[in-house]
Amino acid sequence: MSEMKLSCEAVRQVEEVCDKFNNDPGELIAILHECQSKLGYLPEPVQRIVARKLGIPASKVYGVVTFYSFFTMTPKGKYPISVCLGTACYVRGADKLLEEFKRVLGIDVGQTTPDGKFSLDCLRCVGACGLAPVATIGEKVYGRLNPADIKKIVLEFENRE
Amino acid sequence: MKINSADALESIRRKASKALSVREANKRSGTIAPCGLDTGTPHIQILCCGGTGCKASESAKIVENFHASIQEHGIADKVDVIVTGCFGFCEKGPIVKIMPDNTFYTSVRPADVEEIVTAHIIGGQRVERLLYLDPGNGRHVSDSKHMNFYRKQMRVALRNCGVINPEDITEYIGRYGYRALAQSLKRPSQDVLDDIKASGLRGRGGAGFPTGTKWEIARKFKSDEKYVVCNADEGDPGAFMDRSIMEGDPNSIVEAMTICGYCIEAHHGLIYIRAEYPLAVERLKIAIAQAREYGLLGKNILGSGFDFDIEIRYGAGAFVCGEETALIHSMEGKRGEPTLKPPFPAEAGYMGKPTNVNNVETLANVPVILTRGPEWFSSIGTEKSKGTKVFALAGKINNVGLIEVPMGTTLREIIYDIGGGVKNGKKFKAVQTGGPSGGCLTEKHLDIPIDYESLTAAGSMMGSGGMIVMDEDDCMVSVAKFYLEFTVGESCGKCTPCRIGNKRMLEILTRITEGKGEMGDLDQLQNLASVIKDSALCGLGQTSPNPVLSTLANFRDEYVEHVRAHKCRAKKCKALLTYTIDPQRCKGCSACAKSCPAQAIMGESRKPHVINPYVCIRCGMCTSRCHFGAISVI
Amino acid sequence: MEKKINLSIDKRPVRVAPGTTILDAAASIGIAIPTLCHIDLKGTCVKNNPASCRICVVEVEGRRNLAPSCATVCTEGMVVYTNSARVIRARKTIAELMLSDHPNDCLTCPKCSDCELQRLVMRFNIRQMPFQGGEQSARKKEVTAAITRNMDKCILCRRCESVCNNVQSVGVLGAVRRGFDTTIAPTFDRMFKDTDCTYCGQCVAVCPTGALTERDNTDRLLDDLVDPNKIVIAQPAPAVRVALGEEFGMKPGSIVTGKMVTALKYLGFTKVFDTDFGADLTIMEEGAEILKRLKAFLAGDKTVKLPIMTSCCPAWVNFFEHNYPDLLEYPSSAKSPGQMFGAIAKTWWCEKRSIDPKKVVVVSIMPCLAKKYECERPEFTRDGLPDVDYSISTRELARLIKRANIRFPELPDGEFDTPMGESSGAGAIFGASGGVMEAALRTVYEVYTGKDLPKLEFTEVRGFEGIKEATIDLAGFPLKVCVAHTLSNARILMDKLRKGELDYHVVEVMACPGGCIGGAGQPYHHGHIEVLQARAAAVYREDEGKEIRMSHKNPDIIKLYEDFLGEPLSERSEELLHTHYFNKQIQ
Repeated sequence: MSEMKLSCEAVRQVEEVCDKFNNDPGELIAILHECQSKLGYLPEPVQRIVARKLGIPASKVYGVVTFYSFFTMTPKGKYPISVCLGTACYVRGADKLLEEFKRVLGIDVGQTTPDGKFSLDCLRCVGACGLAPVATIGEKVYGRLNPADIKKIVLEFENRE
Repeated sequence: MKINSADALESIRRKASKALSVREANKRSGTIAPCGLDTGTPHIQILCCGGTGCKASESAKIVENFHASIQEHGIADKVDVIVTGCFGFCEKGPIVKIMPDNTFYTSVRPADVEEIVTAHIIGGQRVERLLYLDPGNGRHVSDSKHMNFYRKQMRVALRNCGVINPEDITEYIGRYGYRALAQSLKRPSQDVLDDIKASGLRGRGGAGFPTGTKWEIARKFKSDEKYVVCNADEGDPGAFMDRSIMEGDPNSIVEAMTICGYCIEAHHGLIYIRAEYPLAVERLKIAIAQAREYGLLGKNILGSGFDFDIEIRYGAGAFVCGEETALIHSMEGKRGEPTLKPPFPAEAGYMGKPTNVNNVETLANVPVILTRGPEWFSSIGTEKSKGTKVFALAGKINNVGLIEVPMGTTLREIIYDIGGGVKNGKKFKAVQTGGPSGGCLTEKHLDIPIDYESLTAAGSMMGSGGMIVMDEDDCMVSVAKFYLEFTVGESCGKCTPCRIGNKRMLEILTRITEGKGEMGDLDQLQNLASVIKDSALCGLGQTSPNPVLSTLANFRDEYVEHVRAHKCRAKKCKALLTYTIDPQRCKGCSACAKSCPAQAIMGESRKPHVINPYVCIRCGMCTSRCHFGAISVI
Repeated sequence: MEKKINLSIDKRPVRVAPGTTILDAAASIGIAIPTLCHIDLKGTCVKNNPASCRICVVEVEGRRNLAPSCATVCTEGMVVYTNSARVIRARKTIAELMLSDHPNDCLTCPKCSDCELQRLVMRFNIRQMPFQGGEQSARKKEVTAAITRNMDKCILCRRCESVCNNVQSVGVLGAVRRGFDTTIAPTFDRMFKDTDCTYCGQCVAVCPTGALTERDNTDRLLDDLVDPNKIVIAQPAPAVRVALGEEFGMKPGSIVTGKMVTALKYLGFTKVFDTDFGADLTIMEEGAEILKRLKAFLAGDKTVKLPIMTSCCPAWVNFFEHNYPDLLEYPSSAKSPGQMFGAIAKTWWCEKRSIDPKKVVVVSIMPCLAKKYECERPEFTRDGLPDVDYSISTRELARLIKRANIRFPELPDGEFDTPMGESSGAGAIFGASGGVMEAALRTVYEVYTGKDLPKLEFTEVRGFEGIKEATIDLAGFPLKVCVAHTLSNARILMDKLRKGELDYHVVEVMACPGGCIGGAGQPYHHGHIEVLQARAAAVYREDEGKEIRMSHKNPDIIKLYEDFLGEPLSERSEELLHTHYFNKQIQ
């Protein structure tokens, strides 16, 4: 049915997560969080396994995955970049940051660079309004950013490994 | 190590309060002379902010350096390095505070650590350059209580933030933590509930429903299972008070939820928290684990026979889940779509059982109301709004940060006294309160004493407490459009008015900002906004037109200007701008033409250049390149 | 005596029982508040009450905003206005907003004149589209064997979602994404065929707009009818004749069998036979199978699969193939009446008449959309020829009749052709939930006991109750039977069966509420349970009016066995009239 196949290891991981939460449909969101943190994203086969384990229709899982912006069905980049578009950041020029990230990375919001290194997203307020405008790369928060800083920061990650 | 009585709790408090005594210095008046180990201070504590804001500015590295440095100097036995929650003054972060002399260092870099240790901690000399500079008189201020930012504040919900180590439950106990719980468990639960009612505490999450009444309704419904839910899905862009409380004082939430459980006869607590707040999650987990370890959660709490425990549930990025019915559906593993009330969660909430939902800040007030008495709490604030309110002050303001003021403080006091006025000496234009559900208030509203009713009457709302200041460079049509973009992106899509109505309003606003608006559009906006307000399903939908309605009411001239004159006075609406070169000033250097990404600028060398308005993409690159100020934007 | 609640609606006093909604209270005094997302087929589990379309909002004195009347419960002293200027303006604006995200190609829409949105637009006097030019939702379109899906026309009332999940427990349709991008879509935005969809079509039955409609076969049928090389045979199902009249303004429950036969003949069908004949044949085969399994069971055979379950309903067959592949041996192997009819028509009848079956087009007229899919099942073919070529719904037949300029209510009664037009009352009641069971019991009783049945009616298995049970005294053997309609009730039974806790001998399952009379191909009920009740009553009236009321006494059936089949479960019967099932679980 699903075009892509999961590795046996991934199947086992997903099943384990479901078991950990007693296959309780009430824990669907926590289960999806954990699956996504293990696998990076939630492709269709993962959702099917979760649905089967929890005894709920796959359409329900899919409805939840597509409702919450945190969940993704496409793999994110190795360094996921999120630009905060909260109000504090907006009035301090977050829109220009976003434009610059798009330009530098050559991708649009929601996309991943062809080399799989970066993906670009927007988010609503990380609560670091004192540092507005901010962007996060992975877990790290970058504050008081200027469009001029973007290239340098991206290069810094580009050259890692 | 289980505590099984109030007396045992008290003995822990006494022990812990000794360690905390160094930190109680800020209760003393007057500036204290700097202390140093060489100048006779026996024990010094270094408090480092471990909030998300300061962490983003390498506060973790600062802590690491402090540890390394005191080791190196062999003073580790006399100096404690303590990671605390947010001090609130995020603008100047990372913050480092030295106790007992109450020195408040701002914008500290990891490289500054060595100097602080040698000069101050050992030598007893403050590092002047790291002190806060009062913009009013140009003097350095060492003690936070002499800073305007803190002077008008009253920290009740934030009482422990920036004071205690949030990862150590004994420090919380040392500050009278869990005393309210211990006392409550000895009283009839109705009496405790009556105290909360008498305090006049109202929900801090938005609508301001009286907390005691809410508890009472949940108590009234009989059921084998009931739930206490802490709404920590702080979704308003620009609001971070709940996050700071959870990061800085997580035990206050644990304690308040347990008290609520006792009052409404629930034994299960759930904290619904945004996945975007990893640090708050971590701190809450630690607090819950420690509370269990100390017997402050679990079976037979403090020997009272009352059982209560707390679990954490995660949000996954949906603003609408701040609405309590949507939040409950989300906790049940469903799409976060609101359902009609009634039935209210108090009757049929989580898993169909009676459920009481309170927001983080509301809960943070509960223990202190019970320890200091409802009369004390109700003596603060205005007639209908008691206590204090935390605001996240942000935007074009000098002192961005988290503040807490008594209800009834005016916007002017907050913006000018605490906030230090508008950034870069610009002119104040508006302040947005209440996030996407609130509105934009103007100069004429600055002297209203803030409370639930006055803000609603002014066309905004308290909301969760976001407060964004805007200056003359902000276009109010664009601001309204920004909020609608947010609402459209976050609408759950269930009811027609919010799903399609807000989308259509956004399209109209977009037209206006592109110079394609008509006067009829303004009537259409007004009509749509009032119908959505009147007919949307949930509280979020009903309040979503507020940013449009308030800007239409307060800044109608800007809308009209966009429509009639195709002009944006704040120069924010790109489509309405025209870039022109003044031939008198242009030297024909071609710097602008070379920088133009659209090749819209033509002209011969040493002769005045011209911009082709049809090709120009209004990026502003040319203006920044021109050395002669020849390019103007109108 | 329970306390009553007093309130006023549009300045008129009303007294209602506690818990009554404003909508129902208003209806009780003749005030028809417009609704759209709301549907409540009272007495069945068909209910959708999300209060999300906001069309039904009313003004309640003392309330800050407008209240959805469908979900707001009356309180003592409430003062309600359903037609104030504020309400009228809000309602109109909301409908205008819906239109702004709707294709508005009403003239060519299959739902034109039967569309609930269209009715509201007329009712609210909307004469222009104030929000045109905005973004329109671009959603998927698909034409399956049974259902046409054009989600651009979806107004997100969520009725289909409620039905698919709560009534049918199929769980294919659900809301996907959020905000303006919300769509109701099959699992993973796939096509129906790649999901667990059973094609029961109940989503179509409740869709207020043209988003979900039947796959239309009328043009194909018209082409065949005028083709001189084709012999087109009609076989209308039992439930069609009690509903077809509604499409022509006749009262629900009107029995129009004779007019329907005439109309089919006028349309140009070569022969008008009857699916009721196929129903009688089904009873012969299925009844024999029941008896066979029962006898084996009574003889102590531990491997015999009981309960035996009916297999007439194609959506039910799809349901268990997708969800219970481990239990495929329980349902009867008997084909559905329509398919049995097709198999016999293309063999026995063609042989008798020396007609090349290749020339014959068997068209079933069904209250059902799943039948369209059933016709396309590859196992229902012989030498590449389908037993039933295709199926049209009751609604499609009505459209054909109108198109052929036939004034239906005025038609004279016609007679079915022989030899496949004769049927018993047992065949007729197949149209209502419990009918197959009752028909089977009539025959099984007489064959098993060898005695005449004292009372033909088994009223315990009639009616709209979701799961009905009865114990029949079969010459001292207590035969335990159970009847379920809607697939969520079927799921309850199947889950029990899987656990070994289902203590019945015979079970009937129909996917649609009320059985075939509530089928997705019937005239739209628009949420009125009275319509379904009237149809069910008519089915039983039809039975009472029949001379022969037991399948095994149908002379044409007797003749068929004498001539051709031999006896039930004979080798030829097995070949032509029985089938097998497949594991269709999606991995």
